[in-house]
Amino acid sequence: MSTTIPRRDRPKQAAKAVKAVKPGTPATSQTASGRHSQRWLAWIFLAPTILGMGLFTLVPIAASVVLAFFRWDIISAPTFVGFDNFAEVVQDPTVRVSFLNTIAFVIVAVALQLGLALALAVMVQEKMPAWLRTFFRSAFFFPLILSAASVSIFMRYLFNEQFGVVNWFLSLAGIPAVPWLTTPGGSAAVVILVYVWQNFGFSFLLFIGGLASIPMETYEAASLDGATGWRKHVYVTLPLLSPTTLLASVMAIISALQVFDQPYVLTRGGPGDSTRTAVMVIFESAFQRLEFGEASAIGVILTLIIMAITAAQFRLSKRFVFYQ
Amino acid sequence: MTTTTERVSTRTPAVPARSRRRPNWNLVLRIVLLMIAAVLTLGPVMWTLSTSLRSPSESFKLPPSFFPWNPDFTSYAQVFRQLDIVLLVLNSALVTGLIAVGQMVTAAMAGYAFANLKFRGRGALFSIVLATMMVPVQVTIVPVFMLIRGMGLSDTLLALILPAIPTAFGTFLMRQYFLGLPTDLAEAASIDGASPWRTFRSVYAPLAVPGMAIVGILAFNFHWNEFFRPLIMTISEQNFTLPLGLVSLQGNLGTGSISVVLAGVVLSMIPALVGFIFGQRALQDGLTAGSGK
Repeated sequence: MSTTIPRRDRPKQAAKAVKAVKPGTPATSQTASGRHSQRWLAWIFLAPTILGMGLFTLVPIAASVVLAFFRWDIISAPTFVGFDNFAEVVQDPTVRVSFLNTIAFVIVAVALQLGLALALAVMVQEKMPAWLRTFFRSAFFFPLILSAASVSIFMRYLFNEQFGVVNWFLSLAGIPAVPWLTTPGGSAAVVILVYVWQNFGFSFLLFIGGLASIPMETYEAASLDGATGWRKHVYVTLPLLSPTTLLASVMAIISALQVFDQPYVLTRGGPGDSTRTAVMVIFESAFQRLEFGEASAIGVILTLIIMAITAAQFRLSKRFVFYQ
Repeated sequence: MTTTTERVSTRTPAVPARSRRRPNWNLVLRIVLLMIAAVLTLGPVMWTLSTSLRSPSESFKLPPSFFPWNPDFTSYAQVFRQLDIVLLVLNSALVTGLIAVGQMVTAAMAGYAFANLKFRGRGALFSIVLATMMVPVQVTIVPVFMLIRGMGLSDTLLALILPAIPTAFGTFLMRQYFLGLPTDLAEAASIDGASPWRTFRSVYAPLAVPGMAIVGILAFNFHWNEFFRPLIMTISEQNFTLPLGLVSLQGNLGTGSISVVLAGVVLSMIPALVGFIFGQRALQDGLTAGSGK
C-alpha cells in the first residue's frame, strides 16, 4: 500500500489519449496521390464541424458585435445607433448593479470554491485507506452530475425561512430563523453557497490531478530537511501546485462569470436587483424586453471582460507560477 | 498533459515509523473533516430522496428525514398527474441522445482529421476550433435564436439539437485520443495498400469507440442538465425538457407539495445516477481532460 501504484493500473484510454503531446502524423502514404486523398478525406471529415461552428458560433459572434450597434426589436427594421447601446448599458442602474453583483459573486464564490477544493484535495491525497479515498472522491464529484436547475429547486426548500432544514439545524444551535431568500444579503449568500456546493468538485478533481503529479522525492527531500505538516504544504505543495491553481482559477472564474441557472431558479434576481447577474440581464433585455441590440452590447462587454481576465491571468502566471 | 492519468497514485508521505499503539491523530482529524464535507455534500441529496418518499401532507414536517424508512409513493403518482413527465422525459432523451450521437460522430471525424491527416492550414484551423471554447453560450444566443427563427425552427426540438452538435471540446478530446493510438497501425495499413479512408474505416474507427463513449457521456450529462438554452429556445410546453418542466412545476405548486416537486427532481436524476455509477471514471477523465493543455 505504501509504494506508489504504477500509473498504468488505470487502463482508461482517455488517460492515454491525453498523455500524447506531439502531433503525430502517421505515414499513411507518402506518395503524391496518397497525400491528395488524405487532403480530401480531411476536408470531408471536417466539414460538419467546421460548417456547424461557422454557422452556430463564428457567424453569431460577428453578428453579436454588429447587433450591439443597432436598435432592434425583431419586428421592425433595425436602426443603426452607434455607441448608444453601450452608453445606455453603462448608465442603466440595473445593468450596473448586475455587473457589480457578478464581480462580487465571482470573487467570493471562486475564493470559497478553490480554498475548499484545495484543502479537501490535500487531505484526500495523504495516506488513508483506498476505499475511503474512493468514497470521498465520488462524494465530492457527485453534485457535478446534477442539473443546476434541479439543485436550485431542492435548495430553495432547504433554505426556506419557516420550515427549511437549514434553519431547523440552526435552531438546534439556538440561532433564530435566518430570512435566507427574502433579504438581499441572505439571497446572495444562498446563491453563492448553492453554486459552490455544486462546483467545488470540479476544482477538487483538478487539484487531485495536480497533487498526484508532484514527485514523491520532493516530499522526501523536504522531510529530510526537517519540514513537517503545514510547512511541507506551504513550501512544497503550494509552489509545485501553482500551474494547477492557475488553471483551476481561470476555469472557475470563467464559469462563475456566466452564472445564471442558480440565481434564476433560486431568486429570479431578487429581492430587488440584489442577486441579478450579468447573464440574467442579457436574458431579460433580449427575451423579455426585446431589446436585442442592448442585450448584444451587454454580451460583448461580458466577453471582453472574460478575455481580459483570461489574458491577465496568463500574464500573471509568468511571474508567479512555478513550473518544474 | 499528464494530470488526469496520475490522479490516483497513492501517496505516502515520508512519515517516520511510529509505535503501533498510538492512534494516528492526523489521519483521524482528516477523516473527520472529510466526513463533514461529505455529509454536507450528500446530505441535501439524501434529504431530497427521502422527502420525495414521504406523503405530500407530511413532506414539510420537521425534523427532516434523511432516510426513507417508510417509503410512500403517492408523490410519484402525483407528479405523473400534475406534469406530463413522460413527454418531458421523451423530449429530454430525444434532444440529449441526438446531441450525444451527433457530437460523437462529428467529433470523431474532425478529431481524426486533426490528428492523423495532413492538410494545409491544419494548425490554424485547430486553433480557431479551440478558441471557440472560450466564447460563452450567452453571447451567441441572440444571433443563434434569430438564425433558428430564420430557418423556421423556432420552438422545435431541432432548435436545441442542431446548434449543440458541433463541439470544440469533443473535437479536442478525440484529437488527443487519436494521437494516443499507435501510428504503426496506419503504416501497416498503408503498406498493405489501404487508402486513407480504408485506414480510418477498418483500423481507427473501431479503436475510437472508447474515446467516442467519453464524448457521448459528457455530452449527455451536460445537455440533460441544460437549462439556459431550453428556457430561450422552447416556448410551448410540449417542447419543454425536464429541467424546464420541473422549474415550472415548482412555480405552479405552492410549498405544500414539496414532495411532488422533489419526486420529479429525483426522477430527473436517474440518468445522471446511472452515468455516475457506470461511467464515473470516464466522466472524471473527460471533464478534466482539457486541463492538461
